Amino acid sequence: MLEAYLPVLVHFLVVLALGLIILGLSAWVGVKRPSPEKLAPYECGMPPVGDARERFSISFYLVGMLFILFDVEVAFLFPWAVVYKSLKWPGFLEMFLYIAILLAGYLYIWKKGALDWSR
Amino acid sequence: MIAPLFYIFAGLAIVAALSVVLQRTPVYSALSLILVLCSLAVIYLLLGAQFLAVIQVIVYAGAIMVLFVFVIMLLNARQESPTDHSLFARRLGLPLLAVFLAEVIFVVVGHFSGTVFAAGATFDGGPGAVGGLLFRNYVLPFEVTSILILVAVMGAVVLAKKQL
Repeated sequence: MLEAYLPVLVHFLVVLALGLIILGLSAWVGVKRPSPEKLAPYECGMPPVGDARERFSISFYLVGMLFILFDVEVAFLFPWAVVYKSLKWPGFLEMFLYIAILLAGYLYIWKKGALDWSR
Repeated sequence: MIAPLFYIFAGLAIVAALSVVLQRTPVYSALSLILVLCSLAVIYLLLGAQFLAVIQVIVYAGAIMVLFVFVIMLLNARQESPTDHSLFARRLGLPLLAVFLAEVIFVVVGHFSGTVFAAGATFDGGPGAVGGLLFRNYVLPFEVTSILILVAVMGAVVLAKKQL
């Protein structure tokens, strides 16, 4: 059963090797003639404005939090979908109730304008 | 095949966990924590808990880490400045650590023998097995989860919204 995950391991190793090869080759072969302009952080071709470490709006945090909660909701759908056929109607009703309760939460954040950036 | 993989990823998890604690820049700690969570996912996989392994990556390494990074951004956390260690930590830190370590070793050695690795070969923790249990034997906890998430949604909005 674990053999099924061998391609994942191979993929992981190939990605690791590729990353190391690209970084290693460019460090080894690349010509380094640094100048202040080259060493400056790239910001869409214009001179950098200020520091990247500014305080961010709480709205990002709210969206992140809501993302996690609905992410957890979706995570429950995977095992449900796999056994859906053998569960028949009770399985459908279980998930219907689950989604219905969470839909109330979705309507709540919609009504409160939590997804509305300007408010 | 399983035992060497276990030792590699368990070692990786320990090194990354030390890095979480020892890094002075919070973002580096957060990145190290991603490595810890991904190593744990591999260990779940080796134990046969395939569904849990994938959920670990999606929910913890994906979603929860986003929140951690947002907290770092919100607090505008920069490099930590070394503080004067408290007297309590200096005098009692190492002894308490030794006691805790001894406790963990006692429990692990006492209750788990060398048969743990064998579990991964026979145990099926795929989404089908989890779904079968969750939607037949544990329907009520599953439905209660939805109420828990609903409460969390409302809590997030109430806490983070300026005016309701």
